[in-house]
Amino acid sequence: MNYVPNPPWVVQQMLESMGLASVEDLFRDIPEELKLKRELNLAAPLAELELRRELSALAAKNLNVDTYPCFLGAGAYDHYIPAVVEQMLLRSEFYTAYTPYQPEISQGILQAIFEYQTMICNLTGMDVANASVYDGGSALAEACSLACDVTRRKKILVPETVNPRYSEVVRTYALGEKMEVIPVSCQEGVVDAGAIAALIDDQTAAVVIQHPNFYGNLEVELEKIGQAIHAHKSLLVMAVDPISLGILKPPAAWGADIVVGEGQSLGNSLSFGGPYLGFFATTQKLMRKIPGRLVGETVDLDGKRAFVLTLQAREQHIRRERASSNICSNEALCALAATIYLTVVGKQGIKAVAKRCHQLACYAKQQFVKAGFKLKYNQPFFKEFAVAVNDPQAANAALLQAGIIGGYELNDALLFAFTEKRTCAEIDRLVAALGGMERE
Amino acid sequence: MSKLSFEKSVAGASAFSLPRCDIPPEAVTVEIPQNFLREEDPLLPELSEVEVVRHFTELSGRAYGVDNGFYPLGSCTMKYNPKINEWAARLPGFANIHPLQPQDTVQGALQLMYELEEMLCEITGMDSFSLQPAAGAHGEMTGAMIIKAYHNSRQDYKRKKMIVPDSSHGTNPATANMLGFEIVQVKSDERGLVDLADLRSLVNDEIAGLMLTNPNTLGLFEEDIQQIAEIIHAAGGLLYYDGANANAIMGITRPGDMGFDICHLNLHKTFGTPHGGGGPGSGPVGVKSFLADFLPVPVIEKQGSKYILNYNRPLSIGKVHSFYGNFGVAVKAYTYIKALGKTGLKEACENAVLNANYLRTKLTDHYDIPYNRLCKHEFVASARKQKKESGVTALDVAKSLIDRGYHPPTIYFPLIVEEALMIEPTETETKERLDEFVEAMLAIDREARQSPDKIKAAPQQAVIRRVDEARAARRPVLKWSPEK
Repeated sequence: MNYVPNPPWVVQQMLESMGLASVEDLFRDIPEELKLKRELNLAAPLAELELRRELSALAAKNLNVDTYPCFLGAGAYDHYIPAVVEQMLLRSEFYTAYTPYQPEISQGILQAIFEYQTMICNLTGMDVANASVYDGGSALAEACSLACDVTRRKKILVPETVNPRYSEVVRTYALGEKMEVIPVSCQEGVVDAGAIAALIDDQTAAVVIQHPNFYGNLEVELEKIGQAIHAHKSLLVMAVDPISLGILKPPAAWGADIVVGEGQSLGNSLSFGGPYLGFFATTQKLMRKIPGRLVGETVDLDGKRAFVLTLQAREQHIRRERASSNICSNEALCALAATIYLTVVGKQGIKAVAKRCHQLACYAKQQFVKAGFKLKYNQPFFKEFAVAVNDPQAANAALLQAGIIGGYELNDALLFAFTEKRTCAEIDRLVAALGGMERE
Repeated sequence: MSKLSFEKSVAGASAFSLPRCDIPPEAVTVEIPQNFLREEDPLLPELSEVEVVRHFTELSGRAYGVDNGFYPLGSCTMKYNPKINEWAARLPGFANIHPLQPQDTVQGALQLMYELEEMLCEITGMDSFSLQPAAGAHGEMTGAMIIKAYHNSRQDYKRKKMIVPDSSHGTNPATANMLGFEIVQVKSDERGLVDLADLRSLVNDEIAGLMLTNPNTLGLFEEDIQQIAEIIHAAGGLLYYDGANANAIMGITRPGDMGFDICHLNLHKTFGTPHGGGGPGSGPVGVKSFLADFLPVPVIEKQGSKYILNYNRPLSIGKVHSFYGNFGVAVKAYTYIKALGKTGLKEACENAVLNANYLRTKLTDHYDIPYNRLCKHEFVASARKQKKESGVTALDVAKSLIDRGYHPPTIYFPLIVEEALMIEPTETETKERLDEFVEAMLAIDREARQSPDKIKAAPQQAVIRRVDEARAARRPVLKWSPEK
């Protein structure tokens, strides 16, 4: 396949119109010794039918979650995606467009982003949300970097209950030496307010709290932790599961200064880890420091309501090295998927989905306990919890044998996630399969 | 005016239902302490399914993509996005796999990523690639981290400065700043290329590296690239290739052969994956072998016939993404490269350069082209003549193009050209489209002289007229609020 539309005779005509003899003449500014004087060492071009065969064969080598029920979570979740989301995303006016820098022909995209910003604000209770960043991990890193910038401090406290992948991304961003990551050890699967109080000082820019945390637990001392943070004029950075906000108290109510999270659960497929979207929300006070794109409402010359990218003086294409972040491309189409998803499920649906996830998790807990299992932590949870097992790797292998995609392997436990896609029948199978294996 | 979904909301309307709950009634519980529960439902729209569909269909009608028409947005490579790529990424075996599944159950995905990395190595002349960065700027950041990690590994802590050209993308200095580098700007000379004398005067043992786009943002090939590489390497710095413009050299020459040590590519520019209205992109980073140990973890390795994710890399900078980058975008780029193959990528490049030079030649008599010579995939024209004669600016030209059915070029960039119109046609445009675009540009030039007010009042055909940007920034309204 090739997507070049001009046949050779037209190419020749175009060359002649410029007084050029051949295509090679177009590259005479490149020093001869730099030219690749051979074909690229790639396969021959494929026709569309051949592509279909090759790609289908590769895809068939993967076990997908439509085949086996999936109890894996740990940062990516098998939630249901309504058909409307997929259909609307295929409107190519959306997906083949660039960033909406020209408002007059981009009102549809700008309005969708404005609706997205509103939804993220309403879910989190925050004042301002940007148009998305890359994913949950990079959103947290950007949040920490913003916290250091506005407080002019360097220390970031990151508890063990934060998704280890997020913490790793934060540590990588800290290579710039503008922040210093301080780990906080945790007992019982939650952050201890005392541990935060002991570590926090007037050099602490922010404390990161993931809630529900990586182990699925609610951070039960959140209120006290928030007080300790604000007593030192540090910022509370929260990482949250957007689905959980259907029933859980919004982060703003806990006093969060910056709220981030992985938005994949909102209408985006698992897709082996990406593309996902990081959502990013903050307070009015930090609005002019927020990274990434923002859409604002204004009017056109006739006084008609219009939407436009705004506060661009924060951004790299205007401010260059003084920009609040280097981000340019974001995850706009994934944010659009989230917007469509939230429009489909609506106010009642988000609550129903959150509740169902939690109820299924509670049911699973009852069944595990009945079967003689112990939960690793005795804490309230939302849709994930860890079950103590002797050999997590072997247990997962046995589950796979039984036709189940098992949990996330911790040292001495498996972390299971329960989305609204799971059924009691599947949960019973999970408990039975694990029970059979543990008794051997 | 298009209403917001919130304004269309009808209490009690719904487009969604859950399956029947199969939890036995006695087992249905909510075990969350009361003070952790929401008191008020989150304010989201309530619409029926047909109204949701009409809402987003209406919004799509107020957007403009490559499928709508010519999109000569310089530096963005708005080429056609083949439909087979969309199909491929949506295959259940790609779209519905969890990133943490046992590696044995995702061998097809790992194989695709491994092979894509190998293909990118061949195309760029690099030795190892990582697909983890999620966008071009993310790739730049990963590259800058590798530069930092490399110097640190040699205990060479004095290298605090990064050189970028005055014509560079804003992401270059912004990225270097995020990594704590001090930015040093090198001038462009009268040819529009890096000023070698200036570069020589800037290098010393505090230089960490140089970030360079080639061809540069004027669309001109940096002919002195070998000397530039010598100067930077002699000073102990590393040379970073910003791959934003790789469509202009693909199959012709390679960053690895020019002397670059690190490069990123934009899969959403060069390899035909859609821009999505601002993303997702993908910005894989490639390095020469001496830097391979610093790449993000995990790296994909092949052991016999099996592909594995290796996290045990002590010198690695770490992770820059929660998982392995934008896999779905990688599937599309893989499909694209397989489609074009060893001959097609070069043909794509040749035709991109042909189309750019064809447009440049046709516009030469009517618009100033400050660096008017053989260009690569794009060129920068200027509306300074029109501005001087009739007050019509690059912005006015852009808005008038909207009325004529085009997406405008990039304007006011690069910063070293006044009233810049940065035009990149890409290889997927026909001669007829280019000729029509030339006609439109000439008509604007004529109208600028005859009735400039008409141009200054453009657009008239779009769904809105020009917007009050100052008002948006002065009193920001960044979300919808119900009327009290």
